[in-house]
Amino acid sequence: MVKNIIDVRNLSKSFDISSKKPGLKGTIKHFFRRQTKSLKVIKDISFEIKEGEIVGFLGANGAGKTTILKMLCGLIYPSKGSISVSGYLPFRRRENFLKNITLIMGQKQQLIWDLPPIESFYLNASIYDLDKFEAKKRIKKLSEMLEIDDELFIPVRKLSLGQRMKSELLAALIHEPNILFLDEPTLGLDINAQRNLRKFLKKYNKETNATICLTSHYMKDITSLCKRVICVHEGAISYDGKLDLLLKKLSPVKEILIVCRSEEDAIKLENYGFTVKNKNKNELTIKIENNSITSSLKTILNNFDIEDLFINEPPIDEIIGKVLIKKDYDI
Amino acid sequence: MISNLIKRKIFTLLKVQYSNMLEYRVEIALWAISGIIPFFMLNIWTNNNLNQSINISDVMLSRYFLCAFFVRQFSVVWVVFSFEEDSLMGKVSPYLIQPLNPFFRYFAQHLAEQITRFPFAVIIAFFFFIFNPESLWIPNLGILLLSIVSTFLSFLIQFLIQSIVACLCFWTEKASSIERLLFIPTLFLSGLLAPVVSFPAYVKSWIYLTPFPYLIDFPANLLSGNEANISGGLSMQILWIFLLFPLFKKIWSEGTKKYTAMGS
Repeated sequence: MVKNIIDVRNLSKSFDISSKKPGLKGTIKHFFRRQTKSLKVIKDISFEIKEGEIVGFLGANGAGKTTILKMLCGLIYPSKGSISVSGYLPFRRRENFLKNITLIMGQKQQLIWDLPPIESFYLNASIYDLDKFEAKKRIKKLSEMLEIDDELFIPVRKLSLGQRMKSELLAALIHEPNILFLDEPTLGLDINAQRNLRKFLKKYNKETNATICLTSHYMKDITSLCKRVICVHEGAISYDGKLDLLLKKLSPVKEILIVCRSEEDAIKLENYGFTVKNKNKNELTIKIENNSITSSLKTILNNFDIEDLFINEPPIDEIIGKVLIKKDYDI
Repeated sequence: MISNLIKRKIFTLLKVQYSNMLEYRVEIALWAISGIIPFFMLNIWTNNNLNQSINISDVMLSRYFLCAFFVRQFSVVWVVFSFEEDSLMGKVSPYLIQPLNPFFRYFAQHLAEQITRFPFAVIIAFFFFIFNPESLWIPNLGILLLSIVSTFLSFLIQFLIQSIVACLCFWTEKASSIERLLFIPTLFLSGLLAPVVSFPAYVKSWIYLTPFPYLIDFPANLLSGNEANISGGLSMQILWIFLLFPLFKKIWSEGTKKYTAMGS
């Protein structure tokens, strides 16, 4: 039985936001009488995450994903509800808790800009009480995994975005945390750098059984890393469950383009009982439900003279896009 | 064991920050040069014979302002500006979830900057003695050590005051404007523009109750060999540190609850 490492109950967070009307009149009014309102950005959410799980947080901009991560790692104080991470209340920021976690934000960096990353690594190692020998060993291991041996001694300002992001990861992982909070870690990286980062995270999770909470707008990050997703819509959870179930639910049919050897076969197939989307001479596109795809294909191949066929997966971004604008998904 | 760990953290922080500061050595040299305000004040005082009214000789006055320059060089603090920027830009977020208070980083930055500043300050002093050879003196070792301690305590007081103001960022976002208000009494009451002894007696009695005269005036008098109440001055410096430190801890702990991690 795998234990829960994160337990969130009825969590809410409100921010006081001041608003100002445009123009000189608005500015003067704002100067004398500032109007603030309390904005509830997280609304009574509850969930658990098991040890070793990789969970993706999905949501539109401003949905509250990053706020949830910030509360989980203890960066901001919750307004209501309870959070337990690895048995600790995150906001108390106890030393043993902080030694267990890390937060990586795609847009923010902790490396010292004018010095080579190796200096920041040794600094972090000493902050996390690692001796020099252990630090050296971990830097070697992680730099090999991340393939950044040559960049360790070049000032951070001279590194490319991808190299910097890898160095950020190394700095954030030198203490071998068992819970990783990743806020858009692949933001701005090119396709190869994104793929390498995903490969590294998978390997890290496999080798250390670390729990990973991830937000990303790149669906490839989510599909290749996360079995489970939590969808956040306007501060509330709209879906919490397996990613493949969500995809099946949102896209229950697949489109199959079939090229028949003759037009007669195409006509016969058209009248066979499948849902036909369109037909053009000996080519036709049919829609088949996901759960009957094997049997349907068997029937087609046994009864018709088929030259070629293509199964079209609906674009994942489109499917997930539907989730981001809907309040509730009951699977 | 625990103190060894803390020592190692601070030593590594210092080492790294010193390497970082060396990258900015030209900027630091310019900062050191920009701190020559006490020399301008010395010029005003001696040209107008103002020192006669407070019974300090020209030589002792020039030593006082040289020491004020030195004390200022090694007690200057800018943590409020660094913290405000880091806080508003969300740069402080990664430091907040590390097992070391982020103010240790700023503290190490300041110490590293002081070490980098040292040779430039010595060069400026060298030129000062070339133009004022009669002011050259060698303080005795005991006084020198006490002056170093007192200058460090002055730095601690200023660091704590600015750190408290910096923590107001959690509420006001622009805490540096509050610091600018503090700059005025610091400038006038610390002894940077005039030795505190030159103030009227009733004003002096009030000034000595504030932390300001212990920032420049006391350590500069001590080092220059002017009249200084050593035990009284050091006790007041330690007292202010004991008063400010818990206040900083309280405001830090309340402030971090307000932190919204803006910009990240």
